[in-house]
Amino acid sequence: MTTQLRPAASAPVKRFRLPLHWLGVLPFATFVVLFMVLPTLRIVVGAFQRPDGSFTINNIVNLFTPSIMAAYEISIRISVASAFFGCLIGFAVAAAVVLGGLPRWIRGPLLTFSGVASNFAGVPLAFAFLATLGPLGIVTVFLQQQLGINLRALGFNLLSFWGLTLTYLFFQIPLMILIITPALDGLKKEWREAASILGATNAQYWRMVALPILTPAILGTFALLFANSFGAVATAIALTGSSLSIVPILLFAQIRGDVLGDPHLGYALAFGMIVVTGVANTIYIVLRARSERWMK
Amino acid sequence: MKRLWAWVALAVGLLYFILPLVGMTNFSLKMRRGEYSFDAYMKVFADDRFRETFTYSVTLALFTILVGVLLVVPTAYWVRLKLPFLRPYIEFITLLPLVIPAIVIVFGYIRLYNTSSWLPLTGSAFGTDLLLVFGYTTLALPYMYRAVDTGLRTIDVTTLTEAAQSLGAGWITIIGRIILPNVLVAVLSGAFLTFAIVIGEFTMAALLNRPAFGPYMQLLGANRAYEPAALAVIAFVITWGCLGLIQLVSRLQKFAQRPV
Repeated sequence: MTTQLRPAASAPVKRFRLPLHWLGVLPFATFVVLFMVLPTLRIVVGAFQRPDGSFTINNIVNLFTPSIMAAYEISIRISVASAFFGCLIGFAVAAAVVLGGLPRWIRGPLLTFSGVASNFAGVPLAFAFLATLGPLGIVTVFLQQQLGINLRALGFNLLSFWGLTLTYLFFQIPLMILIITPALDGLKKEWREAASILGATNAQYWRMVALPILTPAILGTFALLFANSFGAVATAIALTGSSLSIVPILLFAQIRGDVLGDPHLGYALAFGMIVVTGVANTIYIVLRARSERWMK
Repeated sequence: MKRLWAWVALAVGLLYFILPLVGMTNFSLKMRRGEYSFDAYMKVFADDRFRETFTYSVTLALFTILVGVLLVVPTAYWVRLKLPFLRPYIEFITLLPLVIPAIVIVFGYIRLYNTSSWLPLTGSAFGTDLLLVFGYTTLALPYMYRAVDTGLRTIDVTTLTEAAQSLGAGWITIIGRIILPNVLVAVLSGAFLTFAIVIGEFTMAALLNRPAFGPYMQLLGANRAYEPAALAVIAFVITWGCLGLIQLVSRLQKFAQRPV
């Protein structure tokens, strides 16, 4: 009897209690809705609208014209290349410092420096590379005068696919170092010992133990680096002006002055960017969750 | 053998990072023909536009930090105290600015808050500045939230709150005088990182047509030869300074917390 009464007695008290503690996240929720969700939704909805507001998928279809597809293609190629080499070189440097038997004091400064370099992006980064690999840059001039190698004659141009990729690597490599160092720290000594007791060579240990454990972390970082360079605008504009037609530059010009001659094609262009970075980051989140299983 | 390879990898990596820094420093000193000089820096510092845009961006950075702290500290605290099940969702939301490119967000702002909309922020200079501060707060959100949330993890939020409440403190007192001082180092880390991001930001400022430091650098880069290199050195020093300050405050905290 009493056990049945108790919930009935406390229920009215509960019913009249307003969920006031939800008010605590109201400012944050308002901010997020006003300055992240609604602006993004506006773009997504606009990508499926005609100027009069009616629904259409023509804007998306119109993206598949050669010039816009070429812009997406070169953007994706630059992002893949800079993410790939960023992962490769960043992994090599991090592995050298964590596992290569280098003195321990190198680690702290390297991580600090990586923090700085991964944040040194945008306009100044373009200037730094112009002063290094541009027509009058220090490396260009050195190769020309001391070794007789003319970069320009060899077909190298900073305002190109490789030029932009090399420049992006300046913030991609340190980002990889920052993310992969903890993962390398997570490789337990016992695993290597167990492998060698079972007769594995160093190469076998890497191929069959270490790399499979690290693969999700590496692939995940790859996706993050990809999105990181895919959305980069400032470096590209400061470096190339508008001579290289990649998606962020095209969108920048479109927002400034409707160069495509169709405002809603602009929405579709931006929507395409969200889709590409969204897919890359979904891969990152899924793979990071998988890699964290081993890091406990 | 292994150690040799490690040194080679490190050396190649370092060379890649040092060369552009040497390149820009070298170039910034070569304005006067035939000798090294600080002429490019003098030119930059003497330029009124440099001082105006730099002051503008510093002001905006400070307001961004203020908005970010006011937004993130109470929210992160409240979620930890009362709505812990919301934490993964909030964390996911704060990571969204890394997914949605800044250029897309600002494109949305321009379309959503133009002069003919329900909230015509871009109609006035002040409104646009406000919009830019909110935009920068969005960009800094992933870093600010993560820093503050990590800071909150190291303190016992519930006990501190109950202790303060039993002494008669209200919510504002608790957040301002109990929680904030306890996560100050985390807040400062987030603040310095925010500063480093905002000071040279280009895309949002350029598309909203505000006289910020980023668009100024880009303009100078398109028209001059040596000054941009000087600006790059200045920007690098600022970034280094901000990240150095983060290291400094967290080291000071470790020193202060060491048991006597």
